[in-house]
Amino acid sequence: MSTALTIAGLTLREAMRRRVVWALLALTVVLLALSAWGFSKLVGLDTELGTMTSGEARLVASLLLNLIMFGLSLIAAIGTAFLAGPTLSGEVESGQALAILARPVRRSSVLLGKWLGLVAFGGGYVVLAGLAEILVVRVAVGYWPPSPAAGLALLAGQTVVLLTLALLLSSVVSPMASGIIAVGLFGATWVAGVVGGIGGALGNDGVERVGTVSRVILPTDGLWRGAMNAFQDPIALVQMGPGEGGFPFLSEAPLAPAYLGWAVLWVAVIWGLTALSFSRRDI
Amino acid sequence: MGSADAATVRGVTSDTTAASAAAELAALPPSPAVWCSGLRKRYGRRTAVDDVSFSVARGEVLGLLGPNGAGKTSVIKMLLGLVRPDAGEVLLLGRRSTDPRSRAAVGYLPELFRYQPWLTPTEVLDLHVRLARVDVPAEERRECLALVGLTGRAGDRVGGFSKGMQQRLGLAVALVARPELVVLDEPTSALDPIGRVDVRDLVLALKSRGVAVLLNSHLIGEVERVCDRVVILDQGKVAASGTLAELLGQREVRLRLAGVDGGAEDRLRAAGSTTRSGDWFTVQLTSDDDGVTVPDLVRDLVGRGVRVHAVEPVRISLEERLLGILRHEEVEP
Repeated sequence: MSTALTIAGLTLREAMRRRVVWALLALTVVLLALSAWGFSKLVGLDTELGTMTSGEARLVASLLLNLIMFGLSLIAAIGTAFLAGPTLSGEVESGQALAILARPVRRSSVLLGKWLGLVAFGGGYVVLAGLAEILVVRVAVGYWPPSPAAGLALLAGQTVVLLTLALLLSSVVSPMASGIIAVGLFGATWVAGVVGGIGGALGNDGVERVGTVSRVILPTDGLWRGAMNAFQDPIALVQMGPGEGGFPFLSEAPLAPAYLGWAVLWVAVIWGLTALSFSRRDI
Repeated sequence: MGSADAATVRGVTSDTTAASAAAELAALPPSPAVWCSGLRKRYGRRTAVDDVSFSVARGEVLGLLGPNGAGKTSVIKMLLGLVRPDAGEVLLLGRRSTDPRSRAAVGYLPELFRYQPWLTPTEVLDLHVRLARVDVPAEERRECLALVGLTGRAGDRVGGFSKGMQQRLGLAVALVARPELVVLDEPTSALDPIGRVDVRDLVLALKSRGVAVLLNSHLIGEVERVCDRVVILDQGKVAASGTLAELLGQREVRLRLAGVDGGAEDRLRAAGSTTRSGDWFTVQLTSDDDGVTVPDLVRDLVGRGVRVHAVEPVRISLEERLLGILRHEEVEP
């Protein structure tokens, strides 16, 4: 375990020294500032378009909050995928892995360390940035989501799923390809989720199944929908009215515990595959 | 060659016993630093390493020689568990190489040396000391950097280092965690002539401290100066192995003599098989010569009234021997 912690610390230090942290921080500050500006304008809307009902205001706040959270999770996804991508194959290609793996360490411990470091980095980022955004919304329009802690945890879970996938890819394909594939799959699953939602709204089972299947294959979108549900006002859906379930920034139902279990199992299986492939690899 | 094989066989026997009674291992005399048997590795259709066996005793310096693509680096990586052999066994310091603990007291400088560019040399050494789980005080780590001439750059990022300096850092990494076995894969490939001399001194210092060294180098002169034994690989196979004396074979001595009679010729033949060409007599000495054959011969010849004009040792270099072995191998298939 001490090896894993050492490598986790090294991974975090790499993120700091390589200025990944600063790049993310800059992006996040821009996003938070824009959202603060947008939300403050929302408060002033009543002067131009007549007064919004409190329900309408909550609906718009929920929508915007989810939209911005999506932005944050996208930043986290791209950040961790591109950080995780070069990790294994990049270090093997450059020769950095040789000196480390010739030490009395198990490869699975080194992998666990990398994974823990990336989880701390990616998860820590979405939780902190998400919390900042929730506070911005609170200050700007006085909206407080129903279960912020669960929502942030699910966002972090989504990041964990994606970086675990990026690690697996990085143990089998080239560094750059693994980052691109991971982010591409993340985007594709999200689109498939939206398509499935539209199918559901139209009552088309075949189209709806696209979303369901993609959510099982890669649990990022399912966790994201659970997070949205935790952030949005319960009345928002009612406000949108029936048949609007396909809207990508509102979620119809909270996350089922079984799905959460599946996501945990999925991460464990992918991690195990990565450990297996890494331990058999010739360095 | 014959006695070299005998040495390998002795290593195999004692180690098989040690492996079968792992619990009693501590009670036995120290096992070899490296023992490997029947190592085999294929990459696709190409056989990189084919039935390689050898051992490195504690405190011994073993040179691994051979042309490019002979499989030297593959062998080293299999010893360290970085590459999985298709067949064969490896024991490092008495433990199977599949057990990570076998590498607890092993220092390694890879042929492809790269260290985290965002760290400083001091931080790289700290990392390796932690991974090796050895308690090395900061003072000792600084000494290690000083040993390879990096004291002045201890606080700079490795990313800005030249290749030679990165290789020096690699040497420090190999030495920092108090190793009992040091594996150096082409340790002077990026070093200037002074750096090469430094490495030679370093290897000799390790040897004097009883640390075993496995040295892979193209520089035959380097190997000849520091190595006790040599293993020559060619096309993935062990082409020859043994101590330098064994490998270089029988030494000869050439003498220019005058006034040689029958008795003197008998005396010459008693020292070794003798050939004559005019005044010059060439005597082949046996490899177990203890160094007194030639002085005794000269004393006896002078005693018999023979005039000794010249005594010249004839010794083929490791380079000539290596080329002979490799060319011979190339003709054979």
